[in-house]
Amino acid sequence: MRYLPLTQIDRQDMLATIGVASVDDLFVDVPHAAHRAENVDLPRHQSEMQVERQLAAMASKNTSASQVPFFCGAGAYKHHVPATVDHIIQRSEFLTSYTPYQPEITQGTLQYLFEFQTQVSELTGMPVANASMYDGSTAAAEAVLMAHRVTRKTRAVLSGRLHPHYTAVIENLSEMGGFHVAQTPLQLDDLSNDDVLALIDDDTSCVVIQNPDFFGNVSDFTALAAKVQEKGCLLIAVVPEVISLGLLKRPGDMGADIVVGEGQSLGNGLNFGGPYVGLFAAREKHIRQMPGRLCGETVDADGKRGFVLTLSTREQHIRRDKATSNICTNSGLCSLAFTAHMTLLGGQGLQHLSKLNHARAVQLVEALTSVDGVSLVNRAFFNEFAIRLPRSAAEVVEALADKGVLGGVPASRLLPHGNLDDVLIVAATEVTSEQDIEAYQTALQEVLS
Amino acid sequence: MSAKKQTYSGNQGLVLEEALIFEIGVASKCGVDMEAIPDTGSMLGDCAAEQAVDLPGLSEPEAMRHYVRLSQKNHSIDAGLYPLGSCTMKHNPRLNEKMARLPGFGDIHPLQPQSSVQGALQLMDTLAHWLKTLTGMPAVALSPKAGAHGELCGMMAIRAAIEAKGELATRKRVLVPESAHGTNPATAALLGFKVDGIPADANGRVDLQAFKAKLSENGGEDVAAIMLTNPNTCGLFERDIIEIADALHEVGGYFYCDGANFNAIVGRVRPGDLGVDAMHINLHKTFSTPHGGGGPGSGPTVLSDRLAAFAPLPFVVDEGDGFKLIEDASQTDQPSFGRMVAFHGQMGMFVRALSYMMSHGSDGLRQVAEDAVLNANYVLASLKDVMTAPFNGPCMHEALFDDGFLKGTGIDTLDFAKAMIDEGYHPMTMYFPLVVHGAMLIEPTETESKATLDLFIGTMRDLVAGAKSGDLARFKQAPELAPRRRLDETLAARNPVLRWRQPEPDTQVTGQAAE
Repeated sequence: MRYLPLTQIDRQDMLATIGVASVDDLFVDVPHAAHRAENVDLPRHQSEMQVERQLAAMASKNTSASQVPFFCGAGAYKHHVPATVDHIIQRSEFLTSYTPYQPEITQGTLQYLFEFQTQVSELTGMPVANASMYDGSTAAAEAVLMAHRVTRKTRAVLSGRLHPHYTAVIENLSEMGGFHVAQTPLQLDDLSNDDVLALIDDDTSCVVIQNPDFFGNVSDFTALAAKVQEKGCLLIAVVPEVISLGLLKRPGDMGADIVVGEGQSLGNGLNFGGPYVGLFAAREKHIRQMPGRLCGETVDADGKRGFVLTLSTREQHIRRDKATSNICTNSGLCSLAFTAHMTLLGGQGLQHLSKLNHARAVQLVEALTSVDGVSLVNRAFFNEFAIRLPRSAAEVVEALADKGVLGGVPASRLLPHGNLDDVLIVAATEVTSEQDIEAYQTALQEVLS
Repeated sequence: MSAKKQTYSGNQGLVLEEALIFEIGVASKCGVDMEAIPDTGSMLGDCAAEQAVDLPGLSEPEAMRHYVRLSQKNHSIDAGLYPLGSCTMKHNPRLNEKMARLPGFGDIHPLQPQSSVQGALQLMDTLAHWLKTLTGMPAVALSPKAGAHGELCGMMAIRAAIEAKGELATRKRVLVPESAHGTNPATAALLGFKVDGIPADANGRVDLQAFKAKLSENGGEDVAAIMLTNPNTCGLFERDIIEIADALHEVGGYFYCDGANFNAIVGRVRPGDLGVDAMHINLHKTFSTPHGGGGPGSGPTVLSDRLAAFAPLPFVVDEGDGFKLIEDASQTDQPSFGRMVAFHGQMGMFVRALSYMMSHGSDGLRQVAEDAVLNANYVLASLKDVMTAPFNGPCMHEALFDDGFLKGTGIDTLDFAKAMIDEGYHPMTMYFPLVVHGAMLIEPTETESKATLDLFIGTMRDLVAGAKSGDLARFKQAPELAPRRRLDETLAARNPVLRWRQPEPDTQVTGQAAE
């Protein structure tokens, strides 16, 4: 077995040193009833080549995003990841290192976390950011719990156009924790978020909105943030597509109190939904109520600059049942992919990338709405938008897939009770070519005719 | 003072200083070439920013050098022993990395048509089969993102089951041993449970009498669950575990087992045979997915018959002619407790873990447990005459020592750990578990050779001799040979600097490379 260095002679020598006859003697504390003499009923060990063949056979049954004209989004986006990024995250010293609890020999991890926090802080327009969360949805749920701690209130108001999975995660954790959630009705006619204001009551700690929202709409929420704060609540802004921050007003500049986001688009592949990287940024005065790990600057015994995990008195390994969150891991390697990609881009490169995404989406809208019976839902969008079709979007997506086009996500897949059977959510990014757009337009025309 | 020679650049041979990207990059520099932007006009409405984000960029060679230099400041399992107790720092096979990067796994979207991802659903179903078989449990929830998230999953399932029986108002108490990971009480508290501690006995295990006394308070009617780690955080198997489970079940409580230490028993003992109702499995510990500097993890959670119906969304069902992902409560009759995360879980980790399991097979995984336990006992046996082991062996996969052997030397556990760094080792887990004084928890794992362990044992014995002979400098000054010496954590916490800011003119940054 290639992963096990001990030889039979080693094992015998070691048993002799320990002073037992066999390895079974080391398992004496296992109750007799649970003792199993036989191997479990699973295949025996296999060579690298055998394993590779079987897994490759499974992989080959899937249609990958690079194989076909591809337009799925709804919280996960297909972008080009530079080859350099994948090399960097496979460096042994990053890949096979643990959480940096011994800072003297983990400055590599700590420094990139400090750089990551600074980048997230700049991108969101917020004073501080943590060292990442599991993903966008869990970051959103943690933001709601943080708002409850800050305001000492117990109820959250969610926009109806929040990503339905994010809504579900927030509702689930809130209900289990004894908190309350209200959500505005889902509608696509009035695209402002002002309806959240009517739901705020005395127990409300926060309002959660998403920009771009689940249907791709973007809007300036500066006025809304001010009104929410006048009522004593925090405004939580969810950013599902971090590339949008290269072109849109920053949530912090629009007045958000907490910004959470999904950082997958920078540096991380689609991976069928995970692992991804949650972003979490807040105001300085709320630092001690933040969840997750924080990396801070300090000096070593020689006065040299260095970095450590800090403010850990908030965390579970110190505070146990009084901790701000039960979270232990962050999304270390995914945050490295994020920060390396962001470093390769730089501010102006990100802006260019964002413009390219937007331009492709605008081109795609023009192409698709030229098809009879197809109309655009949005007034303003970034790289994703919603269209209404003359038929069920789920059926259209299947028919498009048969023609070799993965045309988007039917809204009804995530909102089966939303009366949105004709709504399709479509994304374009820098990987979308003009040929892809043309192929989509032709296929859609054929499917709808 | 440091023993290092002073150099002009601040570099020390191959140990290279590296500035922050904010000090070496500029916003106008870009290491990614992109297509020209087609002229389409803007549809951004009132939300368009007026200027680009002010973040530095680097060209590709500069970026590569930056991150490679940073990487060289890290200890890693690939480079040396990483005996962090309870963390299972084992070898991470590169086959797993290769498999996870197959486009059919790494480049598929979570919401593309299910007909186009049948191989991915098959992989999830196959992984589930392996996990259920290895644990002897009837169901598994794959979606939890990490160990603590898996704990949350298990406790949510328990809460849902209690609610279904109409006992939510009464069953509020969760029993947690004092030796538990901090995530256990944090998770229980997050769900509104009241944490009630159970002391350890003189053998480092749950005090059975104390447990029974806690259980019998109020006739046990207010007990929701116990959260027990097995093997426990002292590296010991809970001998009375079946008796504990039976007593708990008798009063209507549920048994949550923290599976962080599953590596010690994988392939040899099935938690399902111990009366467990829910247990998370850290794929990044037992099943070799990389720790990545603190994540991403993955925490699939196995569930007993009493809890299986409450499993979270989504889950995969095998319909005979294909696999189907159940994503919404309306698609199932089961009383699922709902969704824990967007999409379907850590697919990238599922691929890696299955690749590892298939490589080892049933026979190899059993050998994993045996070698992990053998290595830990070898370390224990080879050090217990000079260090102090608080409990009698044998241990399971990790060897626990306390700081008794340092008594009177003026050296504490932290000093001892830092001196290990100068010897080229990552220290063991320190000051955990809390039930012994100045704890040192050593988990070598099964992927270390006897030669590696012998050098480690020799080094530890030499350090102990140094401590006892009064060589204070070797410990108090340590580390002297690492990229940084001891860092001022108090300063970091008192005056948090959590991001870079443009320094005021005239301030000098120390430790910055002269490029």
